[in-house]
Amino acid sequence: MFLQLIVSGIAIGSIYALVALAMVIIYKTSEVPNFAQGEMAMISTFIAFMLLDSYGQSFIVSFMGALAFAILLGVFLEFTFLRRAKDPNVLSLILITLGFEMMLYGAGSWKWGAEQQSFPFPVSDYDIVNLGPAVASHLNIATLLAALFLMLILALFFKYTKVGIAMKATQQNMVAARINGIRANRILSLTWAMSSFIGAVAGMMLAPITTLDPNLMMDPLLKGFAAAVLGGMTTLVGSALGGYILGIIETLFGGYVSLQFKSVVAFMIIVLVLCFKPSGLFAKHYVRRV
Amino acid sequence: MDAVEKQVEGDFFNVDSLTISFGGLRAVDNVSFTVNRGSIFSIIGPNGAGKTTIFNCINGLYTPNSGRVIYKGEDITGLKPHKIARKGIARTFQNIELFSRMTTMENLMLGRHIHINTGVLSGATFFRRNSRAAKEEVKHRDRVERIIDLLDLQFARNQFVGGLPYGTQKLIELGRALALEPELLLLDEPSAGMNTEEKQDLIFWIKDIQDELGITILLIEHDMRVVMDISDRILAINFGKPITEGAPEAIQNDPEVLKAYLGEEEIAQ
Repeated sequence: MFLQLIVSGIAIGSIYALVALAMVIIYKTSEVPNFAQGEMAMISTFIAFMLLDSYGQSFIVSFMGALAFAILLGVFLEFTFLRRAKDPNVLSLILITLGFEMMLYGAGSWKWGAEQQSFPFPVSDYDIVNLGPAVASHLNIATLLAALFLMLILALFFKYTKVGIAMKATQQNMVAARINGIRANRILSLTWAMSSFIGAVAGMMLAPITTLDPNLMMDPLLKGFAAAVLGGMTTLVGSALGGYILGIIETLFGGYVSLQFKSVVAFMIIVLVLCFKPSGLFAKHYVRRV
Repeated sequence: MDAVEKQVEGDFFNVDSLTISFGGLRAVDNVSFTVNRGSIFSIIGPNGAGKTTIFNCINGLYTPNSGRVIYKGEDITGLKPHKIARKGIARTFQNIELFSRMTTMENLMLGRHIHINTGVLSGATFFRRNSRAAKEEVKHRDRVERIIDLLDLQFARNQFVGGLPYGTQKLIELGRALALEPELLLLDEPSAGMNTEEKQDLIFWIKDIQDELGITILLIEHDMRVVMDISDRILAINFGKPITEGAPEAIQNDPEVLKAYLGEEEIAQ
């Protein structure tokens, strides 16, 4: 039982980790938690569903199409709305992302309605692999692999590419980045594109487990945000670990203590973390020298 | 002949009737000056006189309300900071703007951002020892190593800059500006927070940068000894307005400058 709960925890933790990563990538450049993250992923997942269901495209085409859409959506939102804000403070930017959230939720409900669709996925949630005393579905394993693959790509991107290093620089000091020839605006667009992309992957891996409707990402978004706070909003590795920790704790709690209060655990953890280690479990606490 | 030469030199960098206001405050009011190629030009003035604001207008962080900034015959007023960097203008800040969670080496490498041509794809084939990307990396590291040698920063090479002493951080910022290979270097109070010995070193380095690298320097500095020692020309400003401009000796004895620095009463005594 214990092992089985750990396996399930890791599977759902992968989704949380992806959402957390998506949030942190934007947070690190703009210092804004993007509350539209979930809805952006939801819309992208619906695009994949539409390509599959209404246009009869193959899964690969639909998946790629949805990811391309996610990138465009991220760039569009950043370029058309956020960049227009004049000397914004963090609060007004958060409000803008809440506005996106409502806009996208409305658009999703209007276009696809509130009824629950099942999202056909080539990897099955019913075929299982035996891992000793526990079992994992093929989908569980695919989700984990997709998450780990994306994390590896991200790590390489930030360590070795010119753009990745420029993005890291922009996140640490925007003024210094600009005067060294880095186009900070373009970096900002790129963070939105990347974040939207990662969110869309999370959405499409999640949809086959649950059902597809406009509320798809509500819960995962909050959990992903919780995971990011748990691990530290400023660290990519930490936030991903936070996702797994949260997934495991939540599943264990659901298995041993109470299924009804499973979701509440996430927020109890946030409160505890904020009390004892406000910058997150894995974030180094940097104090700016004055 | 002489006159023509002078004309060409004068075309290197001009600020023409620069004005910028914040709310009702004219932070910079009709400031003009000309910097000759290869010279050290200093701007002095009391705190809040508008010196840093002039720098911010030059490198694009602020857009002036009126006036022009001409660099090598080209009007660069209002260009974005990253464009200005690409034209070969680098700067340092009074309050140090470093990438504090990166090492000295990484900070200096970011100074080379505009010179690095490796795209994502060629970067992905980096593991081949003779690939273009690998060769480029070696070239850039070599440049950066030379700057590290020049500024005696070996001990800090692989340390995170956030934890290093203030004076060292100032030097790293100077090094990063040099890594951009600028033709014009804006230094905003480089000696602030340094002790006497560090200041002495700094004076040598600034002169080296001028003589050996041939970089033109625009300097904001409070320490009069440093200013008088290295400047070719000095512009004194107060309340955003120019007071006087001239060679160091002339500025030192200018009654208007003394008044701005010491106040009326002290002069009267």
